[in-house]
Amino acid sequence: MDFKRVKDRVWMLVLPFIGFAVILGLWSLVASTFAQNLPSPMKTWEVSKPYIVEPFAKRGELDQGILRFTWYSLVLVAKGYALALILGTPLGFLIGRSKLFARGLDPVIQLLRPVSPLAWLPLGLVLFQKSQPAALFTIAVCSMWPTVLNTALGVRAIPKDYINVARMLQLSPFQTFYKVLLPAALPYMFTGFRLSLGIAWLVIVAVEMLTGSPGVGGFLWQEYNSLIYEHILLCIVTIGLVGLLLDRGMKLLEDRLRPAEVR
Amino acid sequence: MNSPQQRFLEFSHLSMSFPKGDGTVSKVVVDFDLTVAKGEFVCLIGHSGCGKSTVLSVLAGLVNATEGGAIVDGREVTEPGIDRGIVFQQPNLLPWLSAFDNVMMAVNAAFQKLSRKDRSLKAIHFLTLVGLQDAMTKKSGELSAGMRQRVGIARAFALDPKVLLLDEPFGMLDSLTRFELQQVLLDLWATDKKTAFMVTHDVDEALFLADRVVMMTSGPGAKVGKIVEVPFGRPRDRVGIMEHPEYYAYRDTLIDFLNSQEHGKAA
Amino acid sequence: MSALELRGVSKSYGSGEHATQVLRNINLKVEKGDFVAIVGYSGAGKTTLMSIIAGLCKADRGDVLLNDKAMKGPGPDRGLVFQNYSLLPWLSAFDNIMLAVNQVFKDWTLEQKTAQVEKFLAMVKLKDAAKKKPHELSGGMRQRVSVARALATNPEMLLMDEPLGALDALTRATLQDEIEKIWRVNRTTAVLITNDVDEGILLADRIIPLSAGPGATLGPEFRIDIPRPRDRKAMVHDLEFRSIRNKVIGYLLGPGARKKPGKPDAPMVLATQAEEVLA
Repeated sequence: MDFKRVKDRVWMLVLPFIGFAVILGLWSLVASTFAQNLPSPMKTWEVSKPYIVEPFAKRGELDQGILRFTWYSLVLVAKGYALALILGTPLGFLIGRSKLFARGLDPVIQLLRPVSPLAWLPLGLVLFQKSQPAALFTIAVCSMWPTVLNTALGVRAIPKDYINVARMLQLSPFQTFYKVLLPAALPYMFTGFRLSLGIAWLVIVAVEMLTGSPGVGGFLWQEYNSLIYEHILLCIVTIGLVGLLLDRGMKLLEDRLRPAEVR
Repeated sequence: MNSPQQRFLEFSHLSMSFPKGDGTVSKVVVDFDLTVAKGEFVCLIGHSGCGKSTVLSVLAGLVNATEGGAIVDGREVTEPGIDRGIVFQQPNLLPWLSAFDNVMMAVNAAFQKLSRKDRSLKAIHFLTLVGLQDAMTKKSGELSAGMRQRVGIARAFALDPKVLLLDEPFGMLDSLTRFELQQVLLDLWATDKKTAFMVTHDVDEALFLADRVVMMTSGPGAKVGKIVEVPFGRPRDRVGIMEHPEYYAYRDTLIDFLNSQEHGKAA
Repeated sequence: MSALELRGVSKSYGSGEHATQVLRNINLKVEKGDFVAIVGYSGAGKTTLMSIIAGLCKADRGDVLLNDKAMKGPGPDRGLVFQNYSLLPWLSAFDNIMLAVNQVFKDWTLEQKTAQVEKFLAMVKLKDAAKKKPHELSGGMRQRVSVARALATNPEMLLMDEPLGALDALTRATLQDEIEKIWRVNRTTAVLITNDVDEGILLADRIIPLSAGPGATLGPEFRIDIPRPRDRKAMVHDLEFRSIRNKVIGYLLGPGARKKPGKPDAPMVLATQAEEVLA
């Protein structure tokens, strides 16, 4: 019995590594056959070494260690993401609670949702003149929709009986919100938060590229202009890894909230 | 007493055993013997887990008995067939079909020789008799639990089976809906008096529906304990039955038997 | 002065062509200390009636009076026990009751409030389950916590909307006995809505059937003079129990019944129906 469990666990840990190994293998294969310009994994490592080995070095504005770049990006994402949550959550509540608002705002949301950050950023620059506020605006506007929609969903999914409990006890609107609506909708809201974070991290690259700010995206854009593909690949790997870690972290937080929902 | 009509449905030395994990055998039902006449309505009552559903499953052909078996109209039961219409506790209607279509499935199976129009009329006929004439086109998701069970009943009758089997059909419904549906069932049954075999744990239900109530002892090794002939004439209605001077006396007899079986004591 | 009075109450849903009248001309008087059971079919309008009594929804016509004064809305003076527990799942049993106690006894100290919660938890025999969350409790236990929550605010009226409907037969029987016992302690005015006639007669002083919808209305009242405490097994043999039971069921299967199943129509009409479904 136990042997099977151990076997399952080993497989669970080993399979992802096998997946990565396959990707590396494909990468090498492609690099050595039809995409001659694509650097092989080995070459990527060689050329990127200074950035990885000295992750916090600062040699110039756009010549810093990879972790320093990552840090700048994360700070920018954090600010934009916080803005997304601050704007998106109340909007979600409003749409969830009021059919009127829902009908009125839904077409607007569906119109704004598909717009790419590459379109928002110029608009942001026109509105705010400076690149930082424009960047934050762009991140917020692109990533807030899952928060809005999932929060609305969560609010709508609250069983009527809970609200009746609040009414029978004559809780004030604030108390109803804080003691009943918020805890009941939280699991749904959290799913929205997680999805929003994923989008925010995705958008950061485009935003940095367009504003030339230092960060993983900014570095990537510079290296693209210098045709140093190894560094581009390094950025891709970094972006992917950080995205994975962020998502996993949120998932852990989300799971801690789940037990309350078990009925 | 032994004409073919009297032995239309017969359980003969029915025994059911299951092997337990540790090598021993669990004898759920032992030597269950019962004959049912054509057109008779018999209820089998007993405690949960006594094996009454097992007996019904053998009759339905869903399981094979370890020993003995069931015989319908002279033929031994070995597998399910449309000569035995079953009403389950959960009608399990196909949710993408309407009530009408669900009943049509049964009619199509039993009346292959009829034209499409005649088959439809049959389905409508039974759905009307169970009171669903206005709800035939609804899908099962739009029907209440009581209405779904009405479809289940219509479906079983639409097979025009030789024997009607009912496995605690109203167990999942609230008491008032149960009263309603018992009357629906009885009125429908009265139109052609099919031989009916029903398993239930509700004493009032058994007294209302049956000609005879068969009481099963508690497991293990359950068998026929006591049989009570129900004295009320037909047609029956719920209130009339309850006002009958002997109703509660009979009710007490059944309940006392069940209570005596509660702790595994012999009847 | 009656604790609760409904005069000519009617309620419909929807508007214009699609309006369905759920309740029609409901007249009800509940005296202080009275236990009234209303019995009716599922979906007949029982929950709507309870919502109106609780103040959660407004009647279209008629008056609802509490202690002879027009009712203004929901409030903790009426403790409500719902069918589906409705305990907030992120709070423990203790905290669920405390939520109610906090609301009503705003001037009390924490010790007083804690004592009140514990008193009612003990009354429903769930002292040991205080810290558990609803999903850790069985259906019967959750419902007992609901009852404790309703009573902990010392309400003027206890309202129970099919409180035992979602439970299995055995748990239901146990809880019926418990509710009877608990009610006898302080005899709060109580209104119980149920679909089980026997339950109504076991618990109440008066039982009133509600006819099947649409346009459900209350049938004749029956006073239950069987002395308390009432023993379920002994009651079956009581002649008064049987008489009331027969009359209530007689009403619900007779004048108060749902539309009866029809006989098959003339072949011509059937043919039209066949064309409809075949189309």
